[in-house]
Amino acid sequence: MVENRRWLTILSHAILILGVLAIAFPLWVTFVASTHSLEAIMQVPMPLMPGDQLFENYSQVLTAGTNTGSKAAVAQMLVNSTVMALVIPLGKMAISIIASFAIVYFRFPGRMFFFWMIFVTLMLPVEVRIIPTLQVITDLKLNNTYAGLTIPLIASATATFLFRQFFMTIPDELAEAARVDGASPMRFFWDVLIPLSKTTMAALFVIQFIYGWNQYLWPLLVATDESMYTTVIGIKRMIVGSDAANEWNLIMATAILAMLPPALVVMLMQKWFVKGLVETEK
Amino acid sequence: MEKRVVFHSAWLPYALVAPQIAITLVFFFWPAAQAVWYSFQLQDAFGTSTEFVWFDNFTALFADGNYLESFQVTALFSVLVAFCGIAISLLLATMADRVLRGAMAYKTLLIWPYAVAPAIAGVLWAFLFAPSIGIVSYVLKGWGIDWNWLLKGDQAMVLVVVASVWKQISYNFLFFLAGLQSIPRSLIEAAAIDGASPFRRFWTIVFPLLSPTTFFLLVVNCVYAFFDTFGVIDATTQGGPGQATNILVYKVYHDGVKATDLGGSSAQSVILMFIVIALTVAQFRFVEKKVQY
Repeated sequence: MVENRRWLTILSHAILILGVLAIAFPLWVTFVASTHSLEAIMQVPMPLMPGDQLFENYSQVLTAGTNTGSKAAVAQMLVNSTVMALVIPLGKMAISIIASFAIVYFRFPGRMFFFWMIFVTLMLPVEVRIIPTLQVITDLKLNNTYAGLTIPLIASATATFLFRQFFMTIPDELAEAARVDGASPMRFFWDVLIPLSKTTMAALFVIQFIYGWNQYLWPLLVATDESMYTTVIGIKRMIVGSDAANEWNLIMATAILAMLPPALVVMLMQKWFVKGLVETEK
Repeated sequence: MEKRVVFHSAWLPYALVAPQIAITLVFFFWPAAQAVWYSFQLQDAFGTSTEFVWFDNFTALFADGNYLESFQVTALFSVLVAFCGIAISLLLATMADRVLRGAMAYKTLLIWPYAVAPAIAGVLWAFLFAPSIGIVSYVLKGWGIDWNWLLKGDQAMVLVVVASVWKQISYNFLFFLAGLQSIPRSLIEAAAIDGASPFRRFWTIVFPLLSPTTFFLLVVNCVYAFFDTFGVIDATTQGGPGQATNILVYKVYHDGVKATDLGGSSAQSVILMFIVIALTVAQFRFVEKKVQY
């Protein structure tokens, strides 16, 4: 610190605490609502301390969903979300690490053409090509399948760039030594590049796990069958009206279940998360 | 930058890029080409006949008051989201950069909303702001504000902006904090020795040096407001009441999926694609140039 200004330090802490409280307030209300009966939270104002219905609410949504809205069990949704949150990052890493290996470590006709082909996909987010992409999925009969939910989201320019950027920083001596020793390109890939890329992979995994878990528009279109709902879609299906008509205690219990896994990943793997976030945007 | 040492193989590199290129062709280029193709066509209500109509869908769009209104709504929404999100997180990051004690704890407690899906952020705030039972609505009514975002457009806008900003603060905060920590301490110290107050130091030294980060975040927040907030809108207002929160990306979805107007929706997709391209180019220009004084 440059100088000691006591009042300014106190002010800094005050603003930060205020910020933390404002950010956490919706979470607290959500948690409280998920521990009360419907009658209790329909009172105005609703209680701000946890109630005694925690177990009842959570076991109800996990096995049977809501009464008035969607009756799909949230347990199945959590499985579906987990599949999306694991297959998307792993698939992305697998196809983009080999593509960047080819682009960085080989010279072949069409190399720059392929590079640009991957590059321009940055400019085509799912949202701008919704209907034709859905048409492709329907033509391939991939509606309501895990393949339909994940494969279209696997292609990613960001992961390819991140690996390319990282490979460029690896000293040429390593590849040279591998060649002198007579190692094949794939041998170099497995024994040198993969071990060196571990931190990049961890960072990418955290970011893409959250990306996969939080997908909304795509599962909304592809997963029309109850058994394929992800947790985020499930919540949307539980909302039947915008106000008092909803079973908010059950919706909020599902919201907690939907937030918990990605929030834990961010907090527990904070180091990788920050690294992944900052580097994917470079 | 190119590698000096490379491997040689006639087929291996093609095999390695094949999976990504295949997925890119099937799920990116083919649908994007289809969107452009549909945007020049007019389908009748039953989808039995299609007619090639050149730019009629586009001219119809720009003659459509609803579409132009959606542009205004999107502009207002993105400016509010970007401005509020950046201002609040810059304040918090500056404070977090100042304090020595508890900095890590503050950081952890501020970044978790990044993990919340936009749709869930929408649901959380919709519950807080629910006209009859919401706790925030209760407080607002206590202050004499007639709160009902289901009926009032400007209040619906406030709701979606608050939910979107709440989710995005963590992202902006991390980038500002990283930017602040990379500013050399000696600059700040020199200014302090010359007698500049902390407030003055912020505006004349710190803020200008942060300008690359700020520009970058401006673009990222605009892209976020344009596309990623789809979940917030769909889970709360669904574009309403009336057209009050019907942003462009929601209109593409609504017209194409709900109203099955293939040509009109595709024409909107094509326009959106151009907006994304412009934003992406802007982002790369700013990042390349490293805007600084």
